[in-house]
Amino acid sequence: MIGLVGAVLALLGAVIAATGGGHHGETAEAAHHGASWVKRIFSSLWINNVYFTGIAIIGVFFVALQYVTQSGWSAPLKRIPEAFGYWLPIAGVLMLAAFFASNFTHNNIFHWTHAGLTNPSSPDFDPIIYNKRAYLNQPFFIARTVIYFAVWFFLFAKIRKYSLLEDKIGGTEPWYKMRRFSTIFIIFFAVTSSTSAWDWVMSVDPHWFSTLFGWYTFSSYFVAGLAVITYIVIRLKEKGYLQLVNQNHIHDLGKFIFGFSIFWAYLWVSQYLLYYYANIPEEIIYFYDRVKNDFYSPFFFLNVILNFAFPFLVLMTRDSKRQFRILKMTCIVVVIGHWLDFYLAITPGVMQKDGAFGLLEIGFAMLYLSAFGYVVLTNLSKAGLVAKHHPMLEEAKHHHI
Amino acid sequence: MSTQSNKFILGIYDDEDVLLQGVAKVRESGVKIHEVFTPFPVHGLEHVLGYERSKMPRAAFLFGTVGMILALVMMYYMSYFDWPMIIGGKDFAAFPDFVPIIFELTVLLGSFGMCFTFFISNDLKPYKKPVIFDIRATDDKHVMAIELKKNSKLSYDKLTEILTNSGAAEIMDKTFEAKS
Repeated sequence: MIGLVGAVLALLGAVIAATGGGHHGETAEAAHHGASWVKRIFSSLWINNVYFTGIAIIGVFFVALQYVTQSGWSAPLKRIPEAFGYWLPIAGVLMLAAFFASNFTHNNIFHWTHAGLTNPSSPDFDPIIYNKRAYLNQPFFIARTVIYFAVWFFLFAKIRKYSLLEDKIGGTEPWYKMRRFSTIFIIFFAVTSSTSAWDWVMSVDPHWFSTLFGWYTFSSYFVAGLAVITYIVIRLKEKGYLQLVNQNHIHDLGKFIFGFSIFWAYLWVSQYLLYYYANIPEEIIYFYDRVKNDFYSPFFFLNVILNFAFPFLVLMTRDSKRQFRILKMTCIVVVIGHWLDFYLAITPGVMQKDGAFGLLEIGFAMLYLSAFGYVVLTNLSKAGLVAKHHPMLEEAKHHHI
Repeated sequence: MSTQSNKFILGIYDDEDVLLQGVAKVRESGVKIHEVFTPFPVHGLEHVLGYERSKMPRAAFLFGTVGMILALVMMYYMSYFDWPMIIGGKDFAAFPDFVPIIFELTVLLGSFGMCFTFFISNDLKPYKKPVIFDIRATDDKHVMAIELKKNSKLSYDKLTEILTNSGAAEIMDKTFEAKS
């Protein structure tokens, strides 16, 4: 049922992307140089690759977090974030494909991949990128991306394997196994969440760097991932599934979204404020491109409103976190808001002043959303919706706040 | 707290599960409970006692809003009207500069405001003599206090009977003398 809706969405997204792409391409071509709309497609692809990879990895992270902290309350809903992990292999393939295709068609997503930038005798020689060549070079970049996805998926597959085994044999043995792999995952993710953010998002602006960018990206991922988890849980609850989940669990998820929206805003302000104060040309360039650009600046401030002001004010009271309608609406706003966050991080870097926002961007986002939804929901339906032998199910049943 | 002679009847409970059921039974019989004292937090007690949710979050929001407005007014007055200075080449009224101060004052007033609201609403003040119904409530007993005046419809014997039936291990009287 939901898969069908997803397929319809996907078709619609594709049609909008195709027609919208052609139409906007013509106008963009008239105004600017060459194949700007092809670059727009790659920019869009990259935003959605990064964003949905983030949501998928947050699903695994959420499950791992519950095991590492030995949490009981989340036991009845842990199958939902668990299903997110199945998006990872697809995301990895899509990401590498987009990277190679963009380089192959000379519409490079990453400025640093241009030839000649690191060659001292070339007219394009760039000393800043030259000094970063030990880290920012194509073989190492590809190797890192492959390693992230391989290890993430391996650890996810292990956790999932024991989760399914638990359904069959019960007992506490699978739980301890899952906790072991969760611990390894958390340690690995602590490092790779930062490095992947540098690789995939920050290196779009290779001259600029921010020391808290890894956390910033992670917090953005985390809020978006939590919002998707919460949305699916509420939808399933409304359809009559997940009997064990009650308002207290939903309330906890709401608190998670509320808290990490504030965490995101804290990092956003910390990053922005320091660059703003210091006003050093090589540092301020990132924000100069976004705030002082007539096209991006409305999005820049909309980003803060959607991702901080809205969830902060709406989810502040206890009642709003316990009402499904309000929480669902907030989830949708936050998911759109954090998509916008990645749009703002990536598009100005890839497209510079030629950035655009139209049907093409919306279409690709819808396409990815429906593909993601299809993969996650099909895999969700393949196993029991509740891990029936989870040792903490009884505790979760009496969860009360 | 007590300005005149107040007579209370106390039910002493050994176990928190008995207490929870006892409170429900006592309230069902139409008795108004003055207060229940427990040595540790008993989950669900506030539901059984029928307490309304605390209004403290609203106080916190109000104090926080006051702090935010105070910070905005203060910063704009100081750096725009009273003594404009160029700092780092920014505008006199540079909003991002004010964000940390807004945050700090919001948190400061929010937390202090809540703290003092809590003290006032619970009648906590320096040199106040604590009202102790039974000192064992700080050790291992749960104490339920019922004010006789507020339950004048029920006789003393009837109250004792209700308390006994609710599982109280011990029943005793407590009288607070007038202060003035």
